[in-house]
Amino acid sequence: MSLITCKNLSFEYEGVPAVTDLNFSVSDGDYLCIVGENGSGKSTLIKGLLRLKKASQGEIILDHELSPDEIGYLPQQTAIQKDFPASVYEVVLSGCLNSLGLKPFFTRKEKNIAKSNMEKMGILHMKNACYCELSGGQQQRVLLARALCATKKIIVLDEPVSGLDPIVTQELYEIIEHINNVHKITIVMVSHDIKAAVKYASHILHLHNSQLFFGITEDYIQSDIGKKYIGEFV
Amino acid sequence: MIDLLKEIFSYPFMIRAFLVGTPVALCASLLGVSLVLKRYAMIGDGLSHVGFGALAVAAALNASPMIVSIPIAVIAAFLLLRLSENSKIKGDAAISLISTGSLAIGVMVISLSTGMNTDVNNYLFGSILSMAQSDVILSLGLSAVVILLFVLTYNRIFAVTFDENFAKATGTNTEGFNMIIAFLTALVIVVGMRLMGALLITSLIVFPALTSMRLAKRFFTVTLNAAFVSIICLWLGLILSYVYSTPTGASIVVCNIIAFVIYSIIKKIRETKNE
Repeated sequence: MSLITCKNLSFEYEGVPAVTDLNFSVSDGDYLCIVGENGSGKSTLIKGLLRLKKASQGEIILDHELSPDEIGYLPQQTAIQKDFPASVYEVVLSGCLNSLGLKPFFTRKEKNIAKSNMEKMGILHMKNACYCELSGGQQQRVLLARALCATKKIIVLDEPVSGLDPIVTQELYEIIEHINNVHKITIVMVSHDIKAAVKYASHILHLHNSQLFFGITEDYIQSDIGKKYIGEFV
Repeated sequence: MIDLLKEIFSYPFMIRAFLVGTPVALCASLLGVSLVLKRYAMIGDGLSHVGFGALAVAAALNASPMIVSIPIAVIAAFLLLRLSENSKIKGDAAISLISTGSLAIGVMVISLSTGMNTDVNNYLFGSILSMAQSDVILSLGLSAVVILLFVLTYNRIFAVTFDENFAKATGTNTEGFNMIIAFLTALVIVVGMRLMGALLITSLIVFPALTSMRLAKRFFTVTLNAAFVSIICLWLGLILSYVYSTPTGASIVVCNIIAFVIYSIIKKIRETKNE
């Protein structure tokens, strides 16, 4: 079953094409890594999948059971968040907003979902801590827990390990793998880290303002583009 | 002290000042937390200057100040919001263009019609005497609307303030909420402007939020604490203004400065204790 299918998808910024003619699909349970150099259109594509940016051409078809509001999102950190006074619990709970409908307040149901996701991420013990006083790795776990609150099926991660030290990076990759394997959440991740991408992902999408490769990771490693790109980083 | 309070509350104008000021201070502090965290505090400043221009025009036309200035401030709020969201057209410069422009137009209108007199001084720095009975009703009514909307949308305001992209991606109408915040800010500024003065009304938005963030570490406690600080400072400021016959707005801001310093000192003490 294909959760997301993109057909001839293109994006542009004020007439300048950012990324053109994408054709790929994400199936239930996949772990897709989107790789490519800076400015190759990776983040633009993510914004498109989340409907933060309109496609200039083509279409994104979602499985009928997947509402566009139910894609969990782990964005790149913004400057505002660095000194934002909010507790871990408040941040995680805000991920449940999309299931609230027109109700103004959270009920026990949402609070329990938030708690169970904090438990999954191992941050329940710090639920009253201030988000701004956590380490980078802990902050990413908080945002992951929030993303899990917003979805039952798929999360989209935009460079989740940027700025983290190697040990914490490794930990975060293992958590994401765990979410994919155990909780059966589909992963779509933008990454700079090609080595980790081919190690963990089931599928690779390589962009350079257009689609250079899409397929399973084993094929990517054997392909010319894959060999060249992985070679540059080893 | 009790004698002083008895004396103060024997004057109807003082009661009106308290009745108008308290809800305005409460609403301004609630909105202020979100505006400060979103880096939108300049919108408040821009709006107050637009409000001054509108009041001046209303006075020259002999129209009701509120009926003229509320729609103008609301339109300006949406405009300023668009400007600060769109960094391409140099949002901060555009805001100061609008605020100084409105101030200049206001001063010109006043000079040509009634002439620069104490009224202008009151507009700029606030007056305890300026509140009429109709202002009390308007202030209480608008504040009720602001507080109700704020409480009902509190969770969404938090989400939009903390992470606009995430909120938007998960289906929250972020543009709508930004507009609600800008709209409510415009109402609060227009109602509070004659008490606080056009130049100082922004302090009601900025000071309590920043003071409260010295110590509080959760969004909820920051909001409650800001409301508390804001109301206490307003009350002390009104008393100060009465006792020393100082401009109301300036007196309230002085109380806010003192509160900010006290909170900062407590923060320092706590930090050194933890080390």
